Amino acid sequence: MSLKQNLHNLKEKYKGTKMAPAFNAIHTFLYLPNEVTHGGTHIKAADDLKRTMNIVIMALVPCLLFGMFNAGYQHYAAIDGSLRTDVLANFFTFDNLWIGIIKVLPLVIVSYGVGLLVEFIFAVIKGHEVEEGYLVTGMLVPLIVPIDTPLWMLAVAVVFGVVIGKEVFGGTGMNILNPALTIRAFLFFAYPTWMSGDKVWVYDAVNRTGTADAISGETILGSYAQNQEVIYSTFDKFMGFIPGSVGETSTFLILVGAAILIFTKIASWRIILSAFVGAAVMGLIFNQIVAADIITDSSKFYGLMNTVWWEHLTIGGLAFGAVFMATDPVTGSQTNKGKWIYGFLIGFISIMIRVFNPAYPEGVFLAILLMNVFAPTIDHYVVQGNVKKRLKRTKVKIA
Amino acid sequence: MGLLSKKDAVLLSDPLADNNPITIQVLGICSALAITAELKASIVMAVSVLFVLGLGNVVISLMRNIIPSKIRIIVQLIVVATLVIIVDLVLKAFAYELSKTLSVFVGLIITNCIIMGRFEAFALGNGPWRSFLDGIGNAVGYGVILIAVGFFRELLGSGTLLGFKVLGDSIEKTGLYALGYENNGFMLLSPMALIVVGIIIWIQRSRNTSLIEEN
Repeated sequence: MSLKQNLHNLKEKYKGTKMAPAFNAIHTFLYLPNEVTHGGTHIKAADDLKRTMNIVIMALVPCLLFGMFNAGYQHYAAIDGSLRTDVLANFFTFDNLWIGIIKVLPLVIVSYGVGLLVEFIFAVIKGHEVEEGYLVTGMLVPLIVPIDTPLWMLAVAVVFGVVIGKEVFGGTGMNILNPALTIRAFLFFAYPTWMSGDKVWVYDAVNRTGTADAISGETILGSYAQNQEVIYSTFDKFMGFIPGSVGETSTFLILVGAAILIFTKIASWRIILSAFVGAAVMGLIFNQIVAADIITDSSKFYGLMNTVWWEHLTIGGLAFGAVFMATDPVTGSQTNKGKWIYGFLIGFISIMIRVFNPAYPEGVFLAILLMNVFAPTIDHYVVQGNVKKRLKRTKVKIA
Repeated sequence: MGLLSKKDAVLLSDPLADNNPITIQVLGICSALAITAELKASIVMAVSVLFVLGLGNVVISLMRNIIPSKIRIIVQLIVVATLVIIVDLVLKAFAYELSKTLSVFVGLIITNCIIMGRFEAFALGNGPWRSFLDGIGNAVGYGVILIAVGFFRELLGSGTLLGFKVLGDSIEKTGLYALGYENNGFMLLSPMALIVVGIIIWIQRSRNTSLIEEN
């Protein structure tokens, strides 16, 4: 008997019992269910929630694979700086990938294992079907944490994020905040020493602190915030050969992912575009402030304010946040006009937090969480504005 | 039963569970968020409120027939303020360090909604003995939640309880810390107190579903 038949029998056996959602979910996850609706007319579309989630995951896979290579590359390049002279020859090596396998894969496994366990428990307790929402969250989480994050911390954060960020509001589709970012925010506030500084971004840098083999892995934003020179070229920054969270360094591959999401109409191009525009506008404003000599290099904000505006778009987590996080259809704005405002403010506030918080120079996750909270308000005013406009039009006609 | 009739016993037991001032009436949240980062501060706050509310209820109840209703809020405020100043001075005299940790929050007991709420809702309409029981019941109901929140926040946030290092030394890496455990800094921030209170409310309502409001 095939696995599919076995699962089907198990599902039938447990039908109507408490454990039913768990078997249902495994069956649906692995195979196309063999039940079809009978009677009536139905609108048929190829994209269900499962397929939508799968496409997002596929769009994330390039970032994940790149992140695995980059984990090793940053580690070896921090030990031997000469590797950076020929990136392409030293990047796609098995040694690099091996470090990615031993460091990144456990993050992915813990993220999925713990998160899905929580989802299954809630589905069984509340007696509803297991929802697909966590499939994407589970993939996003390992990509937005530093490489050396201890696994137990990740597990605690995932439990917190899924329960407090999502399940208390009623599960997938009801959450106000993006669960992946809730997890990231929890880690940031709970364990700040593991989430910031110049040690956590490169594998093994924490263990080597204080020894003769000490290595540093300052992020570009960290260097700029301290007004230091950066050794990476624009090409490095755009392609992602730089230290950072696991999967967010490569702006190029993120744009590839964005293309997939926009082509399949899963992500809103309005949000992505307006987020980049918002970031660029804020960057330009800061550049103008520096150009007008309002602020001098004695200020602690000078380094990041002086960063050329287009460079802000390629460094840090801005691109990743704008493409994969801000476009979450549940927590983002729903109306087209609202999407423009929502995206613009995300980019705008991201760069603002980035510049004005030199101790932790990144603000994308905070900006997106903030705008998640405001998204319903934005939508409300967009809809009300439309209602008013139409009322006015009818009044004119009557008169 | 002796001392307590059945009706009086309800006054004591009700605020502990199904009519808890924090988890059901959602009063006194400010202090529950502000001072619960340490267990010791929570206990002192709970005892202070117990004193102020128990005694204040009796005083207001005794005066209930002579207070003109137009100025009753001012009279109530004076009674609370007097009692709070007593608590504040006692703390400053015998536990100076602690009174510094609690800082303005002892003074802010005056504005604790539970106290004014009980004066208005109960002491103005009931005799001194019943008012006393009601005050004690509500203060204990408040204190229990405060101490529960303080317990979890101090244990998970600082790894200590009442200042004792129950989980080991975080700097010398003994006990749990030797295994790589770290304190959760989020627990020391006020938002986490809100979440802990929320979880307590969640547990209480899932155990007693009659508390869940209809939408």
